Parts: sequence; C-alpha cells; structure tokens
Amino acid sequence: MLPRDLRPENFAGYPPEARKLVTNYLGTLQTLPLSFEPGLLRELIDFDFKFPAERTAHERELAKVSSLSNDQRKEWFHEFDEIKLSPQLEAFDWVKSPAQFVEKLSAHLWSTHQLDAFRKASNNYGDRLRQAVPPEPPPIPRLGITVIGQGVASYDDPLFRKLRPHGAYFTRVNPENGLRILLNAATDRSRKHPIRYGHWYIDGGDEAPHSTGLTTVSYKALEPVRAALLRRIQTELDRPGMGPETLRTLLAQLHPVDLGIGAKNSGKKNDESADEVLERFELKLLTEGSGTQIFSTIFAQWAAREALRRAQPLTLLVRFAPRQRQRPMNELITAVPASTELDLAGSLVDADMGAYYNWLNQQRLPGADQSSFLVWFEGHNQALVIGPAMPRGTESTSAADLSQLLTLAA
Amino acid sequence: MIDASQKRSVVMSDGAGAALARTRRDFLRSAAGLTLGSTLLRSPWARAAVAASKRKVVVVTFGGGARDQETFAPEGQENIPHLMRELIPQSSFFTQVVNRGILGHYVATASLATGVYETINNFAALPPQSPTVFEYFRKDLKRPSSDAWVVAPSNGFNRIGESSHRSYGQGLGARVILPKHLLTAATSGRHDDYQHLLRDNYETPFYAPELAGSEFELQQLEMILKLSVDDFKAHAQTLSSPDELSVYIAHQLMRQVAPSLLWITMHDIDIAHAGAYSLYVEGIRRTDRLCSDVWKAIQSEPEYAGKTTMFILPDFGRDSDEDAGGNGFQHHRTGDALSRTTWMLVAGPGIREGVVVDRPMESTDLVPTLGAMFGFSPSFAQGKPVSELL
Repeated sequence: MLPRDLRPENFAGYPPEARKLVTNYLGTLQTLPLSFEPGLLRELIDFDFKFPAERTAHERELAKVSSLSNDQRKEWFHEFDEIKLSPQLEAFDWVKSPAQFVEKLSAHLWSTHQLDAFRKASNNYGDRLRQAVPPEPPPIPRLGITVIGQGVASYDDPLFRKLRPHGAYFTRVNPENGLRILLNAATDRSRKHPIRYGHWYIDGGDEAPHSTGLTTVSYKALEPVRAALLRRIQTELDRPGMGPETLRTLLAQLHPVDLGIGAKNSGKKNDESADEVLERFELKLLTEGSGTQIFSTIFAQWAAREALRRAQPLTLLVRFAPRQRQRPMNELITAVPASTELDLAGSLVDADMGAYYNWLNQQRLPGADQSSFLVWFEGHNQALVIGPAMPRGTESTSAADLSQLLTLAA
Repeated sequence: MIDASQKRSVVMSDGAGAALARTRRDFLRSAAGLTLGSTLLRSPWARAAVAASKRKVVVVTFGGGARDQETFAPEGQENIPHLMRELIPQSSFFTQVVNRGILGHYVATASLATGVYETINNFAALPPQSPTVFEYFRKDLKRPSSDAWVVAPSNGFNRIGESSHRSYGQGLGARVILPKHLLTAATSGRHDDYQHLLRDNYETPFYAPELAGSEFELQQLEMILKLSVDDFKAHAQTLSSPDELSVYIAHQLMRQVAPSLLWITMHDIDIAHAGAYSLYVEGIRRTDRLCSDVWKAIQSEPEYAGKTTMFILPDFGRDSDEDAGGNGFQHHRTGDALSRTTWMLVAGPGIREGVVVDRPMESTDLVPTLGAMFGFSPSFAQGKPVSELL
C-alpha cells in the first residue's frame, strides 16, 4: 500500500485518540512519502500513551505539515521522495505495524547505501520543523541533578572530567543529608509548579523515601518485571528458528500486562494508582533499551535519556546505584538472582559518564541557556554545578552544602 | 518522527571526515612527535629485503569499535599506552579510514576481508558474497590451506574464511579457529570455570549461530597446535577475556603453523552495547595490550621476525556523544561521521616509521593493498591499494 491509498478504516486497530488524530489529518498523510510516513505513524500509533510534551509536539508537527503549500511540501519532503524502496517494503502492512516497517527500512537503507541520504533528509526536516514551529520554552528553568557513586568508600581518580569545562567544581561539599536535601528540592519544585510528568526521580537502585509529587521510576521496583522479561526471553530463545530480529519484534509487541507491569504487580506502593502512560514508558525502557535489563547503571542513564527526550521534565533527579559485576551474557539473562556481586568502582565510572549524558540530553531541550545541572558524589565532598551564572572551568575550595550549591545553580 | 528538539546531527561528509582526520593527526603529533606523510614520501617497501614469497602479514581488527575520545584524543590516550608509546612511533598511521558500508561487526569484518561493502545479514551464519583476501591469496599464489588462517572471536564469524562466490569459495579459503567453540568442546560442556571466556555476540546477546564452514576441530588442537586439551584448559583458566584466548591461540598458531596470512579479530570492546562505560574502557585497554602482545610475538618468532607487516584497524567506530539519535559510546547505529571514520596502523619492514597520513582512504582499500604486497590480484575488490605502503 502507498500513502495515497490510505483510508480511515486502515486505522481501525489504532487506540481511540491516535485513530482520531490520524483520521483528522488523513488528507495530509496521503501526501507524504513512504520513506517518511511509517516513522511518523510509529509515534502516532502510541499517541494515547504519550507524555503531554510529546502530544503537543505531534499535534503541532501535523498542523504545520498540513498547512504547507504544494511547493513547500515538495521542498520539505523531496529528499525523502528520492529514497528508493523495495517492492517488499511497499507491500508491507506499514499502517498496522509501522515500527516493524521502520526496522525493515533501516536494514534496507544500510544495505542499499542510502542511510547517509536518509540521515540528511531527516536532519533537514528536523531543522525546517524546528524553525517553523519553534519549541516552547519551559515555564521555569530546568534543573537536572545526578547523584553518583552510591556505596563507594573512596575513589582517587578525578571525577566529572567531561563536565568540568562547563561549570564549577566544588571540593569541600558537606555531604550531610545530601540526598534528602536534593530530593526535597525536587519535591519543592514539583509543589510550586505542579505539571504532570514535569518532575522526575529516577533511581538505579531502591527508591529513597520521597514525595508522591515526583514521577518515579526505579530499577528495584521493576525487579519482578525484569525477571518476567528475562524468563520470556529464555522461553523464546528455546524456540526453533528464533533469531534476533524475530525476538526484537516479539519484545516490541509486548504490553505492560504481559510482564506484570502495574501498581498491583510491579512493586510500587499500594497508594499509587495505575498510570498507563508511565507503565508504557517502563515497558519500553526494558524492551527497547540495551543492557537495561541487567545493568542498573545503563537502566538509570537510559531512563533519564528517555524521560528528557519524551517528557521534557522541568526537574530530573537521577541517582545511580551499583550494578552487578559483569558475568557471561547467558548467565546475566538467565534470571534476576537474589544476591549478586557488585562492581562499585566500575559503577562509579559508568555513572560519571552517565551524568555527562544526562547533562547533554538536558541541553538538547528548549531553554538550555537557562538550565542548571548539579552532580554530586554521594556521601563525599565533590560536586559540580553548571548554570547560567556559574563560571566555567573553575574550581572552588570553599565549604558549601548542597542547599547552597542548588542556590548557586539557580 | 523527528524530534525537533534534538540537536542537529553531523551528517557524514568529506568535510566531517577530514575534520576528524585533522584532529587525530594533531592528537598524535602532539603526543608522539610524528611527521605528516604524503603520497610524495614513497615508502621504501620496494627496497625491503623480504622477497614476496617469504613475506608475512598479520591483520588485527581492533574490535569492535572505539572512539577518538577513548583512544587518540588527549583524554583517551591513557587507555592506549601500548599503541601510543610502542607501536605508533614505528608505524605509518592513517587517520581517515572511512567505512561506507553496514556498521555491523560481522558484515563489516567481511567487507574488510573482501574489499567490497558486503550486504549479508549481520546476524546470519552466511559466507561473504565476494571473494575473500584468503581466496585470492591461496588461488593466485597457489598456497596451501595451512598458509591462511583466521582467529575469530565470535561463533558468528565461522563463515568468514571463504565466500560463496562461484569462482572461488569452497576449499580455497582460510582455515578458521573459533577459540570459544574450541574451549566449549574441550570442556565437554562443563565450562563453569570458563564462562568469562565464552561471552559471544554483544550486539545481540541473544544470538546463537549455528556453526558451519571450515572451522577448526577439537581433534586438531593437538595435531596442529601441539596443544593437549588439558594444557589448553589449564592455560585458559589463567586468561580473563575472549580476546586474550584468541591471542593465545593465534600465538600458538604462529609457533606451530606459521601461516603467511593471519587474521585476528578482536571483539572485547563491543561489551559497550551493554551500556557500561567502565567495561567499554576496560576492553579498550585490554585490546591495546593485546595488540602489543601480538607485535611482540611477531618479533620473537623466527618465522615472523623481520619479514612481517602488521595491520591494526577497527572495523568501524562508535556513535558520537553529539548525535542525539544515538546514545554515545553504547552503539554504532547512527551512521554518523565518528562511527564511520576510523584509523589504521601499519608496522613492519619497509613501512615508514612515525608517519601520519591523513588523506581519506576506505576500509575496502585493505585487500587491494595486501594484493599489491603479496602479488595477487583481488579482481572483485572495490578499493584501491594504499600507495604510501607500496
């Protein structure tokens, strides 16, 4: 099927809000290139489970594209039109399964040496869209907080090396009540600016006590889900003919209920009501993330990356925790053992890089010039602060506690 | 479809690749005091005393993919002390080796070995479609099967030795050793003490390929490598990674068989796919040390010393931190300039020492270069011989 053949009934299997949206823009969708459209539908098919920031972005994107004149549309999409697709791709049911189409398209682009052309087309489209529909600035400056090194007694190598050129490095931080101070600061912002999915707390281990005003995801709370996923992977691996592509397709088709995700089963506190948007987010962390099922450090970093990219939070506190020591992959995916040997120093190195990625991903969001970022070596005297008023590439030996550093960051 | 908030990515272009090359050259020049090479500075390869028939080549792929900031950039040089201090000063170093093919480890290694950007499924036990360097070498030069060997890290590489090409293929390729497969067989499935050496595909850890092709059989361990199963198992227990096992086997092969064309594919670095930065850096440090070990083995083995050229090159890089479509070091999926642009180090008799060449070349140039060195004709290869080495 080609886009021009689209009919409303083709979207009968879409969730209600997604169906309504694509039906409203059917005329526009009928004009878009096949190399582009399934990528858009891959996002829209999940519209019912998107964060508010994503919904707004999709609605504005569709409104803009539908407002283009014929000439403008040619200009915006001619590079996608030039991508040559195979008859097999054209015959694929990309309306029903856009994500699988995109996987096949990706393989096709690589093997036909069209990936660079597709990247160029995508980047140019993104630039045009951003120029035509500038992203809205956040209502308050964003604050990112990353806590690394949980459980590490001492560490002699330099920390925050990638972040130091961008901010001020403090070496005499009072660690007392540090985590409590940071969580309270996040909570305080959530109370003053109560925006749904606007304030997050991601923990690579067990959640510290915190306010219900924060959207929370943790490695520990998802332990039963991870175990269920690994059991399912094991079962699928034993089936004849199972390959990586087939397994990935199967994982992509899972629903939260398949892995027991939900307030009742996932280890969340009883007073938390079901949140299907967050449940889908958690499911994707584990089924689409690489390593998130087995290493807590990449779980925390990937969760932060996806939260920033998708929910665009005003506040994000990420606390890394020790990951298990590396073992052979088949052992790691066998199950979630009751007790595991931890790699404390390795986890600190992972988290130090993770902090850099958290800052980079925050800076990709609107309002980057006003955003602040604080990273702290948990329980120790080292922290680094980046903010619009903070000097770059400096070091301070002044005594300070984390409340004072937060004030400096703002 | 496109996240408008994402920063504009660097699109692969000659300009981006050239910028990377300049950066690498500057890093190296400041660190190692190297000089800039050019095609005008002809290598004295032709004057080298080694006759083509006696010449040996060892190719080491620095796998699977490492970035500048963890290797040649100032902050990364601490991870490659052996390359920086021992190997680069006595090598010609090429700063801009571009891989324009598919960035999957098996298919990219197959492309290196054929000189053609292969399009085979990265996760299927398939032979390359185009003739491999081993087939050209053996058919044109009438070399026996014992003269071309591959030591491959992943069980998924078991078909790398010979292609499906109808003019070459079966019986003309290299012999392939899969050390992990060998260890599994040697331990008869009771490999609790060896699990750390049996890690396989990091890109898709759930992938378990079916083995086929001209793989090395257990019974040949003793016959060819002169290694008893017990000795092999005992030594394996002293090793810490699959690549260490590969280098151990490669060294044994050099001692006992002394092939003229030996291809060693490293893979430890690809643990990066699991997302643990510390393990990725640890893999780079180990690979750096193992490259030095291979070079030392070449210098210490009479069959190799003074007549062997060693090539070290990654199959490709990894995604840059700046590309919002990726997740930094973890993968090589964006196709950005950093993931496509790598380097090559060449050392041995007749190779200019301490020279940096930053003109662009492609991964597919390796096979034609080997052809020119050995005197075979890689007629289906797409690349061109690297003139600075000839």
